[in-house]
Amino acid sequence: MSAAIETVASAARLDAPPAIFMDRVNKWFGSLHVLRDISLDVAHGERVVVCGPSGSGKSTLIRCINRLETHQEGHILVDGIELTDDVRALDAIRREVGMVFQSFNLFPHLTVLENCTLAPIWVRRMPKREAEELAMEYLNKVKIPEQAKKYPGQLSGGQQQRVAIARALCMKPKIMLFDEPTSALDPEMIKEVLDTMVLLADTGMTMICVTHEMGFARQVADRVVFMDQGEIVELGTPETMFNNPQTERLKLFLSQILRGH
Amino acid sequence: MASDTTLTPVTIPAAPIEARNAPISVVGPVAWARANLFSGPVSTAVTLALGYLIIRWAIGFIDWAFINAVWSVPNNQTQACRDARGVGACWAVVTEKHRFILFGTYPYEEHWRPALACVVFVGLYIVSAMRRFWRKELALIWIAALTTIGVLMWGGVLGMPYVAQERWGGLPITLILSTFGLAFAFPLAIMVALGRRSRMPAIKAICVLYVELIRGVPLISLLFMASVMFPLFLPEGMNIDKLLRAQIAIILFAGAYLAEVVRAGLQALPKGQYEAADALGLSYWNKTGFIILPQALRMVIPPLVNTFIGFFKDTSLVLIIGIFDLLTAGKTAIVEPAWQGFGVEVYITIGLIYFAFCFAMSKYSQSLETELNQHRRR
Ligand SMILES: Nc1ncnc2c1ncn2[C@@H]1O[C@H](COP(=O)(O)OP(=O)(O)OP(=O)(O)O)[C@@H](O)[C@H]1O
Ligand SMILES: [Mg+2]
Repeated sequence: MSAAIETVASAARLDAPPAIFMDRVNKWFGSLHVLRDISLDVAHGERVVVCGPSGSGKSTLIRCINRLETHQEGHILVDGIELTDDVRALDAIRREVGMVFQSFNLFPHLTVLENCTLAPIWVRRMPKREAEELAMEYLNKVKIPEQAKKYPGQLSGGQQQRVAIARALCMKPKIMLFDEPTSALDPEMIKEVLDTMVLLADTGMTMICVTHEMGFARQVADRVVFMDQGEIVELGTPETMFNNPQTERLKLFLSQILRGH
Repeated sequence: MASDTTLTPVTIPAAPIEARNAPISVVGPVAWARANLFSGPVSTAVTLALGYLIIRWAIGFIDWAFINAVWSVPNNQTQACRDARGVGACWAVVTEKHRFILFGTYPYEEHWRPALACVVFVGLYIVSAMRRFWRKELALIWIAALTTIGVLMWGGVLGMPYVAQERWGGLPITLILSTFGLAFAFPLAIMVALGRRSRMPAIKAICVLYVELIRGVPLISLLFMASVMFPLFLPEGMNIDKLLRAQIAIILFAGAYLAEVVRAGLQALPKGQYEAADALGLSYWNKTGFIILPQALRMVIPPLVNTFIGFFKDTSLVLIIGIFDLLTAGKTAIVEPAWQGFGVEVYITIGLIYFAFCFAMSKYSQSLETELNQHRRR
């Protein structure tokens, strides 16, 4: 396991800075130690799936990457920029990192198109027409261009999540974070969202995805991170992780997931 | 089969069944009355008893207000009114005194000026209420309208004689105090509400202090302080207009209450909205202006308008510092011995004026609510 970290780390040293570099990150909620000595780096173009039991700190981990949560110890570098209290650095990082939430978090008072163009216009300073063309392009890619003038409340859950993906992509991020994007969806809608994410993975996007969809992990993930009680317990390719789990905790987790499905 | 019931064979109709109107016993006024007014013996008894009382009262009121009423009297001869006492209303007092009630001690020959000012105010309200005027130009319209009102009231230019502020009174004062009051208090309230949620401790403390201090005192004492105590702190010879001082007190007071209403809206907004805006990299002001406030304010339209209406009426408290608003002017109008004792008629009239404004606000807020919340409907 530690060998894997080292190989990637050494590869990163030779190359440009890794997309994400986390070094012994610790975080507490009050007295609850939710992230324990997390070290992880993700190369550009790499797809990482994070899994683990509920409450293990998966959401907290990826929310630290765009500073929706602040970490208290250790270092997080995104595309070579360290996350600190410096607002300029944070703005730069948030422009490069897109996020998709479990509960979509679309802006209900704006149309689908306005949801997609707001940030490009105001953060990227893109002219309105250009932003709309870009938005239509991405809405096409997630296969819902015909819904552009509707409000989010008028769409199905699966459609809303695809809009949320398009909204994040409109900022042309280098890294995409997904926090259980399919777990609020009905089974028949999960597939349409996963298909969209597979397409995105094929474009070479750097992705970190918290999900329990093992099929998706096998299909696109370069590496799988298994977390339990705030620490990274195991890390490796989907094949070694799922076919040959090393730790009891992962074995237990996998058996529970398989039973659940 | 154990039971005797014979089953009629199911026949499948050849043509689809047309939708029919529901029977009259299900819909319509008769059905409504039966369900709501006469659904049982108790309900029927209550309906009949209340109906009797309402009709009796309505007949009495119509007799008093219209049939036996005295509509006008020859120059200040109130004998006809005194004779009708108890059986008929004396609307003559309103006919006779309406100019004073509406415009107070403003010079009589110049009454067209405050009248026009009120018309400009109402026009301003109507324009501001229309969504198609919700553009940057609206600010210019407001500046133009308020300047016009100032010129009309003060005069001193364009051949209009100067009228000191001490002589203003009646409806224009009520409209000035409430319009300026709410126009300034609302943005103040938004800033304070945002400040209370600020991460900067100093800003947060100031906002909390402001809201708690202002809410802790009655408006009357605030007005009193503004009018009596505030000048004591000013250097000798410096004097701020009395109306302005009252205006500032009202703005500060309304601001604190509105701030709490706005804050409720901010708090009701799901955390995910803030997070999504942050994750997109929107700046604080973009996030606040495009995502947070539009949603938060929509949610609190009913309590906001509730507060607006309350403050429109609370402006009448300026009477304690000697400013002649609509209510004070009405009270003063009946001080004259000839007209003493006809307060009810004057108060009903003033009440109707207040009601017209408040009812318009209430109706408008309802339509605004449905219009702005269209996105919630499927
Ligand atoms: N804002 C917060 N304040 C306090 N505790 C929190 C907060 N957010 C999360 N926690 C706690 O931190 C721990 C990790 O939470 P996290 O949401 O990261 O778990 P998770 O792995 O994403 O779980 P799930 O699969 O249920 O989403 C949990 O015990 C949770 O109760
Ligand atoms: Mg989670």
